[in-house]
Amino acid sequence: MNEFAALIDALVYTRSRNEKLRLIAEYLRNTSDPDRGWALAALTDGLDFPAVKSSTIRNAMKERVDPVLWTLSRDFVGDTAETASLLWPEPIADQPEAPGVSEAVSLLSAMTRANVLTELPALLDRLDSSGRYALLKLATGAMRIGISARLGKTAFAQAFGVSVDDVEEYWHALKPPYSGLFEWAADGGEPPDTENIPLFRPFMLAHPLEDTIVSMDEYAAEWKWDGIRVQLVHVAGQTRLYSRSGDDISATFPELLSALEIPAVLDGELLVRGTAQGGEEGGAASFNALQQRLGRKTVSKKMLAEAPAFVRLYDAINIEGDDLRALPWENRRARLEEFVPRLPESHFDISQIVEAEDFAQLAKIREGTRDDAIEGLMLKKRDAPYIAGRKTGLWYKWKRDPLLIDCVMMYAQRGSGKRSSFYSDYTFGCWNGDPDQGAELLPVGKAYSGFTDAELKKLDKFVRQNTLNRFGPVREVEKSMVLEIAFDSVHSSKRHKSGLAMRFPRIHRIRWDKPAHEADRIDNLKALMRD
Amino acid sequence: MSADFSWIKPAPHGIYVEPADCWVDPSQAVDNALVTHGHADHARGGHGATIATPETLAIMKLRYRTGAEDENGEIPTKATPVAYGETIRLKGGVDATYIPAGHVLGSAQILLEHAGEKIIVTGDYKRRHDPTCPPFKVTKCDVLITEATFGLPVFTHPPISGEIAKITERLAAYPDACVLVGAYALGKAQRVIAELRAAGHMDPIYLHGAMEKMCRLYQEHGVDLGELRLVSDHSKDDMRGAVVVAPPSAMNDRWSRRLPDPITAMASGWMRVRQRARQRNVELPLIISDHADWTELTQTIRDVDPQESWITHGREEALLRWCQLNQRRARALAMVGREEEDE
Ligand SMILES: [Zn+2]
Ligand SMILES: [Zn+2]
Repeated sequence: MNEFAALIDALVYTRSRNEKLRLIAEYLRNTSDPDRGWALAALTDGLDFPAVKSSTIRNAMKERVDPVLWTLSRDFVGDTAETASLLWPEPIADQPEAPGVSEAVSLLSAMTRANVLTELPALLDRLDSSGRYALLKLATGAMRIGISARLGKTAFAQAFGVSVDDVEEYWHALKPPYSGLFEWAADGGEPPDTENIPLFRPFMLAHPLEDTIVSMDEYAAEWKWDGIRVQLVHVAGQTRLYSRSGDDISATFPELLSALEIPAVLDGELLVRGTAQGGEEGGAASFNALQQRLGRKTVSKKMLAEAPAFVRLYDAINIEGDDLRALPWENRRARLEEFVPRLPESHFDISQIVEAEDFAQLAKIREGTRDDAIEGLMLKKRDAPYIAGRKTGLWYKWKRDPLLIDCVMMYAQRGSGKRSSFYSDYTFGCWNGDPDQGAELLPVGKAYSGFTDAELKKLDKFVRQNTLNRFGPVREVEKSMVLEIAFDSVHSSKRHKSGLAMRFPRIHRIRWDKPAHEADRIDNLKALMRD
Repeated sequence: MSADFSWIKPAPHGIYVEPADCWVDPSQAVDNALVTHGHADHARGGHGATIATPETLAIMKLRYRTGAEDENGEIPTKATPVAYGETIRLKGGVDATYIPAGHVLGSAQILLEHAGEKIIVTGDYKRRHDPTCPPFKVTKCDVLITEATFGLPVFTHPPISGEIAKITERLAAYPDACVLVGAYALGKAQRVIAELRAAGHMDPIYLHGAMEKMCRLYQEHGVDLGELRLVSDHSKDDMRGAVVVAPPSAMNDRWSRRLPDPITAMASGWMRVRQRARQRNVELPLIISDHADWTELTQTIRDVDPQESWITHGREEALLRWCQLNQRRARALAMVGREEEDE
């Protein structure tokens, strides 16, 4: 655990990507199996120990530290694991030596809800402050130290001189501690078998179009649907549904598993039946409706009936064993068009091509997209193969312009991670009537992005100097700061007092110049609603 | 709160000693100021008269021309030195005694006595050894007005030797690079240099121009800092394998481009929290502070054992909570302009 903790600390303080790669690669080369496999899992996909949660750490701490002091410390540090690692009382008695990563993993796996509050402390007692930090980060499955899964895989490839694309491909066939991967890359063994496993294939991703103009001879356009990107895989009688990050979400949408019975790997947008996107005929509901179904481990019959899911397909990675990835988009599209009629209409359709003479005409079509599809357009290069990741110039997303509204800052909260010392999360509201006639502000959303570092400093200063009340980590502020909020759409919501929920709200501009009573009213926001 | 101690009035911009009509560490210009030490959140120019230790007055003369003549040959701010352990009689029957605070050169706690009541304003202080100034002296009093910069239990500063070793170990591992230590120009920089010397690091140490005068002043006051050189007088190659000390503001600045592959280190108590270090782009965090950590703050309240503790200047809430848990009377004073201090 000490070497792993030292690696984590070094990574925390390293800015350069190359240096991070070097540190991880060096660790992987110098560490034995299966420690290095578990460490790699912790750095990339994260490990899950059902008995150990953030709340477990809090409960263990509350037995050792005054709860008020704990809360003040946690608010300042901004991270539960780090706070606990710093506040953990050093044991008085001699302790067994620090565990290795594998030993720690097997101890953590063996913990149950019944014994975790004695077992976890016993483990923490064996570690120093850095070790406790690394252990708690590993145990709660969220390292959040700026290492993406991709970076971890690249470091693995670099450590053993193998191709990162191969690593990606085999990765999903294996489980931590990835012994097959190390046997292949580090010990020169056979590559892992991936033939008959419903594997996730890394997605091809798009860049924002920004100011680029493309020729419609070279690019095809499609609507950008507001659902979730999914990959549906059927092989050897098994079907799996994967999310954009490669998480297996099959259990959340069981109706789709039985709908695909032909071997294939399909790329598309998961949507719920409705009329908000794409009109009456074969339309889809808003993201709001889909959201009710996300994140569930089991689904009720009622839910299946009320919000049936389907996949709007836009690409095919594999059809009946043919890997199509090397083909140009046009040819893959042709194969997909041939294939879709063989699938049940109830659960699949194809994302239509948006025909436009030229870019100018396409721009006009995009202006009107608010009615047709929530998000805007996708542009795909006609001759591009299917390449994992985000390669410039192949796929673009061209989101429609955001909606804007002027709101008033009401509350602020410290951010987490790098922003833990700043009040960077803002709750804002709109007036429920005429502010000059005594109307009140009702909160309509929360934003924590869209500003520069320099603006953040000023906002933070505003919060500190204009605090009316403190509620734990939250400060209520003087209602004088107008924030122009950009958002993608607004929907009705029972969760909010205002009855509204915004999608992707972010701060577009800080209106230092605008008096609060001139900010927008709830009615202005309601007029933008589309459910 | 009882009506006792009513002769001393904490205000947002300083502590007012009513019978003597003077302020302790005022953040605005006043007629009469008692100053604990030379940091900018305690000392400033423009007062009619300033009473401080001779070392603090020397620092204030350098920074604010306190006690110096202006172009007309007049002295706008009268400077009155009071050495450690000495007492000065102020107006209205108030006695002020300057006691070592162990924070930086010249830093003092000020003991105020009036009508049989004793009140100590600690200014900033620490309880650890510091080769650049005499140690904090525990003094009994009725009210202790204590700082709380690191007033959270997560702050425990490790022994300085381990932190200094991080610098020398990194230099040994990267002999062609330099370690750029960000440290405040008054106090922290000189303490880091003196501790490097104590650890046997005798190579020349390179300074940012903004450090030079203060280091000189320390040397004139008998603090041995060894051979110091200015970065601006030397080439990149001269500085390979060397320690360079600069104010934190210069670290991510264009200035640092003249250094050979600098490894950025920062000497500060805030480095205890990883995200703080990351925010400042620090590669080598050094947990070195001139302020009392949580253990020292609580130990000091125990040692001084006052009837009341007034807490200011930092994270008052947690220390207030500790006092409550330990059945000690305490209150928080709201002071402006102090929260931002970043040492
Ligand atoms: Zn100070
Ligand atoms: Zn201070």
